[in-house]
Amino acid sequence: MSATDPIAAFRIEGGELLDEVEQALLDMGHRLDDMDLVNAVFRGLHTLKGSGAMFGFDALAQFTHHCESAFDKVRKGVVPATSQLVAVILSAQDHMRALLDGRATGGEAAGDEILAALEAAIAEAAGAPPAAPAAKVAGQGWHVVFRLPADCMANGTNPLMLLDELRDLGPCRIVALTDRLPTLEELTPTHCHIGWDVTVETDEPASAVEDVFIFVMDDMELAITPLAVDATEAPADPAATAPVAAPATAPAAAAAATPAAPPPPAPPAAAKAAEHVRVPAERLDELMDRVGELVIAQSRLSQIAHQDGGLALRSVSEEIERLAGELRDTMMVLRMMPVASLFGRFRRLVHDLARDTGKAIDLVTTGESTEVDKTVIERLFDPLVHIIRNSCDHGLEKAEDRVAAGKSATGTVHLSAHQAGGEVLITIRDDGRGIDRARVRAKAEANGLIQPDQLLADQELLQLIFAPGFSTAAQVTNLSGRGVGMDVVKRTIESLRGTIEVASIDGGGSTITLRIPLTLAIIDGLLVRVGSGDYVIPLSAVEECLELSGEEDLRSQGRSLITLRDRLVPFLRLRDVFATGTPADPHQKIVVVATGNDRVGLVVDQIIGNHQTVIKSMSPLHRHVGSFTGATILGDGSVALILDIAQLVALAQPREERLRAA
Amino acid sequence: MTASILTVDDSTSLRLAIRLALTGAGYDVTEAVDGVDGMTKANAGRYDMIVTDLNMPNMDGLTMIRELRKDARHAGTPIIFLTTESDADIKAQARAAGATGWLVKPFVPDQLIKIARKVLGK
Repeated sequence: MSATDPIAAFRIEGGELLDEVEQALLDMGHRLDDMDLVNAVFRGLHTLKGSGAMFGFDALAQFTHHCESAFDKVRKGVVPATSQLVAVILSAQDHMRALLDGRATGGEAAGDEILAALEAAIAEAAGAPPAAPAAKVAGQGWHVVFRLPADCMANGTNPLMLLDELRDLGPCRIVALTDRLPTLEELTPTHCHIGWDVTVETDEPASAVEDVFIFVMDDMELAITPLAVDATEAPADPAATAPVAAPATAPAAAAAATPAAPPPPAPPAAAKAAEHVRVPAERLDELMDRVGELVIAQSRLSQIAHQDGGLALRSVSEEIERLAGELRDTMMVLRMMPVASLFGRFRRLVHDLARDTGKAIDLVTTGESTEVDKTVIERLFDPLVHIIRNSCDHGLEKAEDRVAAGKSATGTVHLSAHQAGGEVLITIRDDGRGIDRARVRAKAEANGLIQPDQLLADQELLQLIFAPGFSTAAQVTNLSGRGVGMDVVKRTIESLRGTIEVASIDGGGSTITLRIPLTLAIIDGLLVRVGSGDYVIPLSAVEECLELSGEEDLRSQGRSLITLRDRLVPFLRLRDVFATGTPADPHQKIVVVATGNDRVGLVVDQIIGNHQTVIKSMSPLHRHVGSFTGATILGDGSVALILDIAQLVALAQPREERLRAA
Repeated sequence: MTASILTVDDSTSLRLAIRLALTGAGYDVTEAVDGVDGMTKANAGRYDMIVTDLNMPNMDGLTMIRELRKDARHAGTPIIFLTTESDADIKAQARAAGATGWLVKPFVPDQLIKIARKVLGK
C-alpha cells in the first residue's frame, strides 16, 4: 500500500471515522439524549459521505447520505433518538464498512433493507415525538424513468440540465438506460438515444418532477412513481411498518432492554490525542530493523574501541553507545499503542452478544491507556474474543437466574489492562457463576485428559479448560462451546511468550489474567554457549542456573533427571540435541527454564551472560526449523539462535512421561 | 463566462422588460426587432439562447425558428418562444418548428430568469 494513494488513505480514514461513529453510537445506548454524541455521529457520517463521494465511493456516499439525513433529524430535534434507531444505524454502519472495504455482499438489496429499517425507525420515533410538527418520512421521493424525444438536443434541450434540475430537488441516484442505443451505422449523432432511471429523494410533490420536463413532456416517455410506498402510506402507524422492517428491527428489542436501568455515570470518552502522523506499519518495522543493526554495529565498535582504541575513539564510541541506546528506546515507544483501540472493538462484541444471548451485559474497561507493542495488540484480539465470548455465554447467567442468586440483573464483564515491569497484565473478569470445577473434572476424565481420581492442584484443574478439545458447555451454542477456542487462546498467548492464569469463585465469577511481554522485537536474553555455537535463552523463561557437577553428570547418565529442591526435573543435553560433536566442557551448567507449570533443565557448556536481544526472524527457508524462534546478531557480528523454550520443554516431556509410567 | 442571449420582439416595452430581467441576472442581451433582424443577428454572432416572440412583422417567430434550425450552426441552441395563448396547438407547432420551450405572457422577470437557468444551467 502506498502512502500517497488517496484512495487507500481514504479507506484508513473512513475506517477510523466509522470507529468513532460506532463508539458514539454505543455510548448513545446509555445516553440517548447526549447531544455531544449525536453530533459526533452526525459529523462522522457527514465527513464520510463527503470524502467518499470525492474518492469514487459513490455507493458508500449515497448510502451514508441517507443515514446522515435520518440522523440530521435527530440532531435538529425533529425526531428523538431511540434505541431502535441507534441499533439500525449500527447495522448501517456495518454496511458502510463493507462498502468501504469493497466487500459488500448482497449489493444494493442489503443497503435498501437497512434503509427501509431506518425509515421505519425514524417513522416510529416520529410517532411519539416531544415536538415534531415537521416530521417527515426519510427516504421519501420519486422514482423517475424517462426517455427524451430523439430530436430534443437539436431543439436546444440539454439532458444534462434536466438531470441537474432533478438533483436540485434532492439527492439522486442516476442510472443511464442504454438499451436502445442503435448500432454505430444506424446512430444519428445529434439524436438522444439514452434514457435515464433516476431515484430522487425529496419532499417535493410529483408536480415538481413534472415541471423539470415541462418543455419536453408531450413527446417523451416519463414514468414517475413514489419511493418507499410502505413508509409513505402509513408513516404514523408503527405497528403497520414494523413487519416491513422486521429483520433489522429485531436487534432493537434487545438494545431497548439493555439500557432500561438508570443510565450509569457517563464513562469518560477515550481521550483522543490531538495530533498524529500516519505512518505505514512496515516502515516502522524497517526503522526497527535499522535501529537493531545500528545497536549491533555499535556494540562491535565499542568492543574494538575497548580492545585497541585510543582515548579519543573510546569517548566517541561511548557517545554513540548512549545515542544508539536512546534511539532504540524511542523506537520501542513508537511501536507502542494504547490498548484502547483493542478494547474499543469489544464493546461492539459485547453489545452483539447481549443481543444474541438475551442477557443484559455491561462491559467495563479500565486501563485503556496502557501501551503495548502494536504486533502484540493485533495478536491479542482473537484470544480476547474467545475469552469474552466464554464469559458472556457460559459465565454470566440469565437475568432471572442472577436475580434469584441475589445479584443485579445486569451481568458485568470487566476488561482491564495494566503494566507491571516488562509485562502487561490483561484481566477479563466476569461476575457470573464461575467455573464449575466438578464439571471440568468430569469432562476432563471423560476425555481422558486426566486419570479418574487424579490429584490436581486447583490451578491445574482450572487450566484444563485450555486443553485441546475441551468444552464444558452442556449445550453447544452458536457463540462458543464448539470445543475449539480456549486451546487456541493458550497457544496464541504462549506464542506471544505470555502466560494465562485462571481464578474462579463458585457463584462469584471467574477471572482470567493474561501476562504478555511488552514487546516482541527486543527481549532480554541469556547468552549461552553449546559446543562452538552461541544461543540465546529468553530471560523471562529462565528460573535458575546451576552447575552440573561431574558427579551428578555421571549419576544422571541415561535418565536425564536431576533433583532440584526435592523435585525431579528432566533435563536436555543441548550438546546432544544439536549434535555438536565437540568434547564437553569440564564444568557444564544447567539452565532451568519454565513454561507454565513445566520445568526443564537445559545443559549448556558455558553461560556467557545477559544479552539485549534484537529478534530477527528466520529466513523463509529455516522458518519451520523447530527449537528456534529466531536469531540475533552478536557484538562481534556472529549469529546466535534464539531457543524456542516451549518446543524444548515439549521435547523433554515425553521422556518424563515414560519415566513416570515406569 | 457570461452567457449571451438574443431577444427577438417587435414590442419595445417587452424588449426592455426582457433586457432588464436578463441583464439583472447577469446575462449579456442583444435585441432584434423582428424575425428578419433576428435571423441576421443570430447568423452574425454566437448566442447561448434565443428568446423570441411569435407574432412579429416581416418574419414571424415560427418561421424564424424553422429557418434557424435548418442551419447546423444553430442546432442545439435553446430557443424559447413567448406566447400569449397557453394554447396547446401553438405550442405543438412551435415545438415542431424546433423550439426548446416557451413562456406564457404576461410573465414576471423571475419566471424568465428561471427558464434561462433551466436551459442554460447555472
